[in-house]
Amino acid sequence: MEEIRDVVLEYVRNEYMEDQEDELTYDTALISGGFVDSFSMVSLKRFLETKYKISLPDNRATPEAFDSVTKITALVKEFLAMQG
Amino acid sequence: MAYSDKVRSTYSEQLKALQDAGIFKIERYIHSAQDAEIEVEFPPGAPLKKVINVCANNYLGLSSHPEVVKAAHAGLDARGYGMSSVRFICGTQDIHKELERKVTEFLGTEDTILFPSCMDANAGVFEAILTDQDVMISDRLVHASLIDGIRLCKAMTDSFKHSDMAHLEEKLILHSDKRNKLVITDGVYSMDGDTAKLDEMVALCEKYDAMLLVDESHASGFIGATGRGTHEKCGVMGKIDIITTTFGKGLGGASGGCVSGRKELVEMCRQKARPYLFSNTIAPPVVAGVIKVLDILSKTTERRDKLEKNADFWRKGLLEAGFILQPGDTPIVPVMLFDAKLSNDFARDLYAEGVYAIGFFFPVVPQGKARIRTQISAAHDMHHLEKALAAFIKVGKKYDILGKTKNEIMAMYGA
Repeated sequence: MEEIRDVVLEYVRNEYMEDQEDELTYDTALISGGFVDSFSMVSLKRFLETKYKISLPDNRATPEAFDSVTKITALVKEFLAMQG
Repeated sequence: MAYSDKVRSTYSEQLKALQDAGIFKIERYIHSAQDAEIEVEFPPGAPLKKVINVCANNYLGLSSHPEVVKAAHAGLDARGYGMSSVRFICGTQDIHKELERKVTEFLGTEDTILFPSCMDANAGVFEAILTDQDVMISDRLVHASLIDGIRLCKAMTDSFKHSDMAHLEEKLILHSDKRNKLVITDGVYSMDGDTAKLDEMVALCEKYDAMLLVDESHASGFIGATGRGTHEKCGVMGKIDIITTTFGKGLGGASGGCVSGRKELVEMCRQKARPYLFSNTIAPPVVAGVIKVLDILSKTTERRDKLEKNADFWRKGLLEAGFILQPGDTPIVPVMLFDAKLSNDFARDLYAEGVYAIGFFFPVVPQGKARIRTQISAAHDMHHLEKALAAFIKVGKKYDILGKTKNEIMAMYGA
């Protein structure tokens, strides 16, 4: 399942990192660190839902749950597991 | 007493934190009318100092124009001081409708509704026209008032990289399932002075059946061949669905704003926009002043032509002296200093030389992009600009930044 976190990392880099010199790791604080504004979270949510064919309810797609690539990956894995 | 020492200390600590972080804002007291030269008391208690103002939004120099002042006086005499009512109860005069008609004609739209300010227009427009079935897609650098308005609306939010049309197209495709899509941009970006690619945005909006909203606060009256705004400059007059703009900058500089655009959208604002429904509109003397401003600007392009010439002279002079500027062709000319402290020190030294300008730094602009934002006016005569330029060069030499690259300046001042 390493692949999911790399896919998410690549998406976040292309979508949100204006300055390609900024360091981005699996644990970089995306929202609380100011890289992803709350307006733009919807793109990430829609990307994950389309890519992994899952449905993330609004009460789970929170700024806290989306605050790092590691946390996003855990959320995706949880919903993939639920679908069996 | 509810305001206990404990409660008081929570605020005094927050204010101290702002001071410690160097982001506590201090106002300078101006003892004259707004103009190219103003008399300033700074710091409080200091003797008055006559300085050249290069940081006002007085783009067309109409803030103290004798004809505008005279019209405002006449408006005060004929229609009184205030309305003591919101528009839909008993707060609409004939001159409010006259101004709405004149703005519609000036901007080349279908209809217009006045708001107490453009901040209020932006706060009210989204909630009035969109629901949770819709999506708002905004440029990532839009003005704070648009961001606040977007937050008040239940529609889905998304954003695209600043002025990146390929990214905007991706977003329009991503949200193609939504009922209505609204793309949101500034016409001229106030911190960088760059202009939105409205021709390309209109084409994308037409292709993907989206509406386009443009905040023209830093454009109305002087951008485009006859000053109609960014939509005139980009050749898309009549194709912008919603324009929001202010009368507090180029168009007289007093107060007030509007939403101008498709008649159904304007009517939705009249029925539903909360800052319109629950606040008095623009006071009669200001309405009369703005009507005069639009009459002046509809008769002649003399003032926007002078502004364009002044801005060209200013930009060329600074570039030839060796300053680094944000590229652009508007009267907003940001002089890049990169380091926050340097921008503050530079502004202080300019003031000592008789030039009033302000350093802008994080969080107003991104980290490492501190600057002095200069704004040129049609009120400036050549001798003002020559004197201000000489002051910039003198201070630039003092800090040894003329002709230096960004990296060289950052190495010297540690941004």
